[in-house]
Amino acid sequence: MADVSARLDVRTYTGFRAITLLCLCILYAPLLVVTIYSFNSSNSIAAWEGFSLRWYVDVFTGPESAKFKLAAWNSFVIAIVAASVSTAIATLAATGMIRAGKFRLRMLSAGLISLPLMVPEIVTAVATLIFFNAIGFDRGLMTIVLAHIAFCIPFAYLPIAARMQGIDDSFEQAALDLYATRRQAFTRILLPLMAPGIISGFLLAFIVSLDDFIITNFVKGAGVETLPTAIFGAVKQGIKPNIMAISTLLLSVSVVMVTISYFVSKTDKTN
Amino acid sequence: MARQDNAIDVRNAVKRYGSFTALKEVSLSIKDNEFFTLLGPSGCGKTTLLRMIAGFEDVSHGSIHLYGQEIENLPPNQRPVNTVFQSYALFPHLNVLDNVAFGVEMKGASQSEARSKARQMLELVQLSDFSARKPSQLSGGQQQRVALARALAPQPKVLLLDEPLSALDLKLRKAMQLELKHLQRETGITFIFVTHDQEEALTMSDRIAVMSAGELQQLGTPREIYESPRNVFVADFIGETNLLTVVVKEIRDGNAICQLDGGHELHCNEVAGIGVGSSVHLSLRPERVFISDKPRESKSLQGKVSENIFIGTDITTIVNLTDGPTFTVRTSNSDRGSKGIFEPGSDVYVNMEPGAARLLID
Repeated sequence: MADVSARLDVRTYTGFRAITLLCLCILYAPLLVVTIYSFNSSNSIAAWEGFSLRWYVDVFTGPESAKFKLAAWNSFVIAIVAASVSTAIATLAATGMIRAGKFRLRMLSAGLISLPLMVPEIVTAVATLIFFNAIGFDRGLMTIVLAHIAFCIPFAYLPIAARMQGIDDSFEQAALDLYATRRQAFTRILLPLMAPGIISGFLLAFIVSLDDFIITNFVKGAGVETLPTAIFGAVKQGIKPNIMAISTLLLSVSVVMVTISYFVSKTDKTN
Repeated sequence: MARQDNAIDVRNAVKRYGSFTALKEVSLSIKDNEFFTLLGPSGCGKTTLLRMIAGFEDVSHGSIHLYGQEIENLPPNQRPVNTVFQSYALFPHLNVLDNVAFGVEMKGASQSEARSKARQMLELVQLSDFSARKPSQLSGGQQQRVALARALAPQPKVLLLDEPLSALDLKLRKAMQLELKHLQRETGITFIFVTHDQEEALTMSDRIAVMSAGELQQLGTPREIYESPRNVFVADFIGETNLLTVVVKEIRDGNAICQLDGGHELHCNEVAGIGVGSSVHLSLRPERVFISDKPRESKSLQGKVSENIFIGTDITTIVNLTDGPTFTVRTSNSDRGSKGIFEPGSDVYVNMEPGAARLLID
């Protein structure tokens, strides 16, 4: 028995180790290089001269620090607002889709909510730009926020809907049976049960908004920069090691978010 | 008219889902302080009726009264009834105490009042030591008792139980049957219990409504249902029985003389609606017949033993009547000395007490 299952184990397949290592390399080698070189004391991006935090200091105090700080602040505010609003909309959408029973065009509605994930981003970017122009909306911070809210909705929707699908109807029925109003049943029972999905949805939307470049670049007004557009602008004038420091900082934010998301979904299983 | 003293009056209740009718004009009354069971196979409409009383399904036609008050248009949270769900539906994010306190608090009590009420209820179901646990940290039987305590805590006028014991193993189920019966007596609350398990229904109920295909088949005490089934469905569904096709030859002094295949004759009580010449079914419980080697009277039926099956407390004997149908006879193991067991192939006579056989409406 043990022999059979050992032979069927995917780890025993020829080349398993090599393929795994190759994939890990392709995925993480560039990130690793950027992270390591962000601690380089050299002015060059290629030659290692020794460990130093000078580029991190440069990010916060150097000549470009004001520009990056403002861009980072913009990115952060946009991501918070876009993630909050899109998560709220996605929660309502999921409640409607999954809790309202069967209704006509339900399949179509589900498709319409997740379709933006499949649409090439450049198409969304161009379309959003044309839309803002058509209605005469002045481009600036507000256009970025609105565009981000729109494209973050499907990202927030997926984990929330998945979570909600796993919550049996009987919990709400039990709450109603025990004299709760519909509102109380939602806030006291359904919402806490959905919380892990909502937090995951929020974090996903936050990350997606934080690092969006294409759509932001199209709809932003002149002079308004987010961190990705500011980095892109800086790179056009040549890559400096401070870009690597900023990238590493952004990477850390993502890692923290993913870790939180992981632990949230883990506490969920002990329910 | 709905009577004040009935716990529940269901009048001509109909439930349609599109073109499918789950419940066809059901009327029944459930008395105050009664342990009432809705019994039937899956899909018979028993759970639909329960959910209509709880308020989770609307009533397509007809009415439901609770102690004289019309309730079929009230939302579930305005009906003084609580439900023990088949899946228990304990709130996973609340501990046992807060689960039980939930209904009391929603009804308007303060949190501390609700919790002290919940503590009392947990004492009643002997789970006081578990109040700080989450439902997932309890066994199935404990979760069941928490669900019960939660539904009883707001002191409903009627408690609805939707197959609450079906997830438990046999031993625990038997214990819970008794506990439920005791709880019902202690609290004095009307219980409406849904099950497909006829033995469970017979054990616990004051009265049983047997349902099939969205219709009420028979309503009565466990004894009435078991001993005087009204029709073929009830006789067949409740317990084990010999269902025989007979022709009524003669009716004399309330006695019907019925003829079986092979010319055998059998006497039973007359049933209104079944006249001379009708070809109907007859139910004869295996434990109400006995076999002997000599005829006891002219009414004994002659046959041959084909098989003895040992089933623990009883022995089941299969008898083929001469040129006639097959008969199942059950002899209690404690009686085998006095009544005798006959080897396969023995010629025997099948006897029965007067009134043991019952004619059935199809």
